[in-house]
Amino acid sequence: MGILEVKGVNKRFGGLQALGNVNLSVTENTVHAIIGPNGAGKSTLLNCLVGKLIPDTGSVLFDGQSVLGRKPHEINQMGISRVFQTPEIFADLSVFENVLIPCFAKRDGAYRLHAFETIAAETDILGKAEKMLRDVNMWDKREMHAGALSRGDKRRLEMAMCLSQSPKLLLLDEPTAGMARADTNNTIDLLKEIKSRGNITMVIIEHDMHVVFSLADRITVLAQGSPLVEDVPENIKGHPKVKEAYLGEAAH
Amino acid sequence: MLGLGKKDLMFLLIVVLLTLTAPILLNPFPEGSAMAQFNAGYPDLMQRIAIFAIFAVGFNILFGLTGYLSFGHAAFIGVGSYAMVWMMKLLTMNILPGLILSIVMGGLFAVVIGYVSLRRSGIYFSILTLAFAQMCFNMAYSVLTPITGGENGLGPQIADPRILDAVNTSGSVPEVNLFGLSMRATYKMDLWGRLFQFNAGYYVCGILSVLMFYLALRIFRSPFGMMLRAIKSNQHRLNYTGLNSKPYMLAAFVISGMYAGLAGGLMAAMDPLAGADRMQWSASGEVVLMVILGGVGTMLGPVLGAGFIKYFENIFSKINDSVLHDWFSIFPKWLENLLVGILHPFVGQGWNLTLGVLFMLVVIFLPGGLIEGGQRIGRLFRRKPDAKGPAPASTPAE
Repeated sequence: MGILEVKGVNKRFGGLQALGNVNLSVTENTVHAIIGPNGAGKSTLLNCLVGKLIPDTGSVLFDGQSVLGRKPHEINQMGISRVFQTPEIFADLSVFENVLIPCFAKRDGAYRLHAFETIAAETDILGKAEKMLRDVNMWDKREMHAGALSRGDKRRLEMAMCLSQSPKLLLLDEPTAGMARADTNNTIDLLKEIKSRGNITMVIIEHDMHVVFSLADRITVLAQGSPLVEDVPENIKGHPKVKEAYLGEAAH
Repeated sequence: MLGLGKKDLMFLLIVVLLTLTAPILLNPFPEGSAMAQFNAGYPDLMQRIAIFAIFAVGFNILFGLTGYLSFGHAAFIGVGSYAMVWMMKLLTMNILPGLILSIVMGGLFAVVIGYVSLRRSGIYFSILTLAFAQMCFNMAYSVLTPITGGENGLGPQIADPRILDAVNTSGSVPEVNLFGLSMRATYKMDLWGRLFQFNAGYYVCGILSVLMFYLALRIFRSPFGMMLRAIKSNQHRLNYTGLNSKPYMLAAFVISGMYAGLAGGLMAAMDPLAGADRMQWSASGEVVLMVILGGVGTMLGPVLGAGFIKYFENIFSKINDSVLHDWFSIFPKWLENLLVGILHPFVGQGWNLTLGVLFMLVVIFLPGGLIEGGQRIGRLFRRKPDAKGPAPASTPAE
């Protein structure tokens, strides 16, 4: 049994069947990529995993517990973090504060009224956030407004925010979208390093095949809301059904 | 010390000094001189500035940090005032129980109003709070007359029980006091041709406002304050970071409601008559003006805004045509009449026009409020580029 079990998930938006009977099993401590052409339902599936959408039917189990109907913060507290397609950061706060907040959330839970404590006294959290920022080479930029960062840096910051919570499952929605080649390679290296440290499962949605084939242990191909194939990367390359889904031509 | 950094401590110290010496600082012009009417160092105005500073600082915790604009905070002012007067009627003319009850009542009302209103955000939140405040106002004005005194207002009477006080034989309502120190007690000092008035009521308000300022400073610098700023910045991300924004919002709302409750209590303590008009929407709007005028999300901004508006309200409304004629009497008659004619709509009854124009100028040219104006002037004098670069986001105060 995998750490994430998606069974028979259906989701309709009006007349559009966004997801049709999706089954997915993600093994612990692996990188599982979901690929597919535009409109295949990749993001819809991800939204069902984090509580943003509730599927019409089916079940999503994380660590043996259902995530359906739970609020986003509850799902995060279970150990699922998410990197969004467009970086979601606290643009008005400093880079350092951006990392402090997830550290507090990890330690104190969903809510704690620490109105008369000072941030400066929380040495363990400050240390953890500092280490995290050094890991992603952003310590020099800690005083900057996060909104003033470049797109690549915003992405790295968002990744650092997620990783500072040491999640069991990290969901990445096109982590290299809109990045320059060099930034993409940096991101791949960063993700590889995170993977090598172990104790983390990643589900990654990506268009860039270079990224997918450098990272993924298993790949699921989604087309028109349903899984087409699921296999190791070697077998996905050149798979006739995948070609068909991407190029829209009959496979021969 | 006191859980503050060195810079904040200096900052607080300056505020304490300013508060303690306000009766002197606000009286710069000699008695009887033409400028004497611009003096603000009289108890009534100073009390009002201190009280509205408390109100605005508390409002800023909600509006400045979380960005949720409440249009109903006057309801808590009213509740605090009624609580204070009822304590004066039933228990004692000592203001302490009244102050405590006004904070508690402000908090309780804020829990209820906040719980419902915070189900929505943006303009809907503002409208919900406005609706609640208007409900409170109308109820206080009509059906709740036995509790609120309706349109006559509520004030302590000679015949009230006051079970903690000694039997009243004076034949008049006893003085409002704090453990025997009358709020009206004023030590007058004639010095350098100026009359300085050190009023007990002002010092009660002033010391409380410093205390409340200190608490707000702690909240701004705390992890809780950081979460509130995160709500303003990106609530979506906050939820996906494992934090439940609802209780944070409610806590901020209740804290600011308690500030407003205290301010209302103090208002009734300084002038023991509570009326329903304190809850009207114009009173809610006034605090929004104060915070925006001073600088949203800054520490000192709301205090400046409160002082600014209350000063204008009191000083400009007192200037009438005869004062204007006095000023311009050195000019030929026709020019004097022309100048008075031009300025007439801006003074006296028309002080709101002056305030409106100033408010527009500030919002258009200084979106950061008076604080931003101060910072710009400071930069002009320094001239040298700041070695630290842009101000770090972690200290949005000053």
